[in-house]
Amino acid sequence: MNDNQKSFWTPGNVLTAFILAGGLVLTFLRFYKGIGAVTNLDDNNPWGLWIGFDLMCGVALAAGGYVTSASCYLFGLKHYHSAVRPAITTAFLGYFFVVVALLYDLGHPWRLPYPLVLSQGTTSLLFEVGLCVATYVSVLFIEWSPAALEWLGFRKIRNFVIKLTLPLTILGVVLSTMHQSSLGALFVIAPGKLHPLWYSSFLPVFFFISSMVAGSSMVIFEGTLAHKGLHHKMDETHLKEAEGVAFGMAKAASFILMGYFFIKLFDITMDDDWQYLATGYGAWFLVEIFGFVLLPSFLYALGVRERNMKIVRIASVFGVLGIVINRFNVSMIAFNWQLPAAERYFPNWMEVGISIFIVTVIITTYRFIATKMPVLYEHPEYKDAH
Amino acid sequence: MHRRKFLSLLGGAGLASAMGATKAKAGGGTHTFKGYPDAMGVLHDSTRCIGCRKCEQACNEVNNLPKPSAAFDDLTVLDTKRRTDAKTYTVVNKYNTAGLEHPVFRKQQCNHCQEPACASACFVKAFTKNPDGSVTYNGDLCVGCRYCMVACPFSVPAFEYDDPLDPLVQKCTMCHPRIQEGKLPGCVEICPKEALTFGKREDLLAIARERIRKYPDRYEKHIYGETEAGGTSWLYLSPVPHAELGMPVVGKTSAPELTSGALGAVPMVVGIWPVLLAGAYGISKRKEKIAAEERAEAVKDAVNATKAEADGALKAAMEKADKEKAAAVDREVKKAVAEAEKAFEEKLAAAQAPADEADAGETPEEEA
Repeated sequence: MNDNQKSFWTPGNVLTAFILAGGLVLTFLRFYKGIGAVTNLDDNNPWGLWIGFDLMCGVALAAGGYVTSASCYLFGLKHYHSAVRPAITTAFLGYFFVVVALLYDLGHPWRLPYPLVLSQGTTSLLFEVGLCVATYVSVLFIEWSPAALEWLGFRKIRNFVIKLTLPLTILGVVLSTMHQSSLGALFVIAPGKLHPLWYSSFLPVFFFISSMVAGSSMVIFEGTLAHKGLHHKMDETHLKEAEGVAFGMAKAASFILMGYFFIKLFDITMDDDWQYLATGYGAWFLVEIFGFVLLPSFLYALGVRERNMKIVRIASVFGVLGIVINRFNVSMIAFNWQLPAAERYFPNWMEVGISIFIVTVIITTYRFIATKMPVLYEHPEYKDAH
Repeated sequence: MHRRKFLSLLGGAGLASAMGATKAKAGGGTHTFKGYPDAMGVLHDSTRCIGCRKCEQACNEVNNLPKPSAAFDDLTVLDTKRRTDAKTYTVVNKYNTAGLEHPVFRKQQCNHCQEPACASACFVKAFTKNPDGSVTYNGDLCVGCRYCMVACPFSVPAFEYDDPLDPLVQKCTMCHPRIQEGKLPGCVEICPKEALTFGKREDLLAIARERIRKYPDRYEKHIYGETEAGGTSWLYLSPVPHAELGMPVVGKTSAPELTSGALGAVPMVVGIWPVLLAGAYGISKRKEKIAAEERAEAVKDAVNATKAEADGALKAAMEKADKEKAAAVDREVKKAVAEAEKAFEEKLAAAQAPADEADAGETPEEEA
């Protein structure tokens, strides 16, 4: 860092530093003055942006970890290998900072381990989420650790961890299945509050299926970003496999989105919610389903057929946005839909600030890790074990 | 089916509740908890309520809550719609409904569900459904996640958002401590119009039904709370449809019933997913192995074919060489014979003498 002291203060880094400084001020306000001082949450709207975005979207968009590692290690798609480490790194950081973000939202953040160690509320879907996320963060940490261990040169531990790959991958998929779906299942308890177009007893299935789309879309989307900023850190294998990974993920996402479209359609039919389509919420629902489920499905298919990376990348943006829109709808926009407009929730700018702060911390940490550790390239001394 | 205690349902693991559901099905019943037999409740009769806010005052006093900015005898407060909050466990709202010349009042507080959504949703078991019917909360366990507030179909629990250190969820306790002392809940005790009746839930239901039967013109034929959210300890009679008093339309399904399917899926996922995934791994490994074997087989075949071809070619070449060798020998022999004959004839011609016929002239030739 000393060598390029001049080049360190690039516009991007200045912006990062500015956001981080602002975030620390907001963090101080949150913990010194309370949740009420920095959020627009109230007794009718107990969950806002920190749950709707940081938790719901954070967990969904970190699904790339289980999607990629399962494809590579369980389903034998070996050519995804170079994509596993970046995906696991993102997933680990994603989950870790989901927990960090959660500390802002909890009234008693220091009691977060209570459900695990003191009093287990096993009838709660949130208990399942908590248990799975806590376990999965640990699993992801172990899955990710070889990158750090190779960097630090701890060969023996690293080789031991590599041997755990298969069971860890299976455990990762089991845990992901459970908590991705449970995040949706959280709202199954509130049929009166969530709009019928989004409420379904199949919410856990929807959340799990769409998390696969989120995972594959994020792998493509992140790949695009990483190629812009960290191209020089990628080795030949990574660069050679990158397109194949993107097309493979795109193909999978296209199919899954199509399936997702149909289960949503069947759900509307089963619950007979057709009459709601003619309302304002119905229009918004159609925007979500056609603009952010069917359109990306079609774009992905087109991109794969034409071998056109540009279309695939555009599709991935729609895929990612679609997940964000869906999670926002379930947790905020279509939640409490019957309340009068004056009692509805809209985030405070400081809530948005904290969320931007968390995302920035994740990106900065990722850049640090990808710059220092063998994530986008294979460590020359450890090629044998792959 | 044997009646299960609600607490054991709450305390059971996801596995246990899933198995409970299965057993219930096998028994032909449902696993719905019908409530503690001696559970108490309160009946609010809107036709008797005059909106005096005395109950609000009593609640404030017995719970030692901070004094509100507007005094309790200030009835202009009723003109704006209010809800319960962390410092107000009960509120009375005024509704002007079509068809009635006088306003109707609705009292709001925790309904103390038979199967509370808050208790079902709480991941640290901070809520307890007590045998006296009340639902109480233990702030020492609370993590402050506010899922209870999301889960509550009546939007009752409130949170102390402005407390940075010990923000807790607050709601009506049905005066659980007072009931334990043999006293009435504060609001019931003070009500000057007997709009509030405290008693066993079963008895209250009978009273409510009797009032509807006696005065069918005065009441809407529905006891709100009898089946809402699986039944609540608080019950409501109203002269107009309850929805007109801002009471949420809540289905009959209780919270544990709503979530039992999702919870029941957990052990299934834990049980079968590793098998399927390991199977997928096994299949992909097996495919790789078969592919490798086939590749090896193909290579072997190719090698064999090449070898056979080479052998054939070699053999042919050898045969050809043998033939050529034989032919060459033959040729050389013939050549030698021819040469020998020629030499003999030349010798013979040169000699041309009366040589002995019996001389062994051919013998050296033969040997050559």
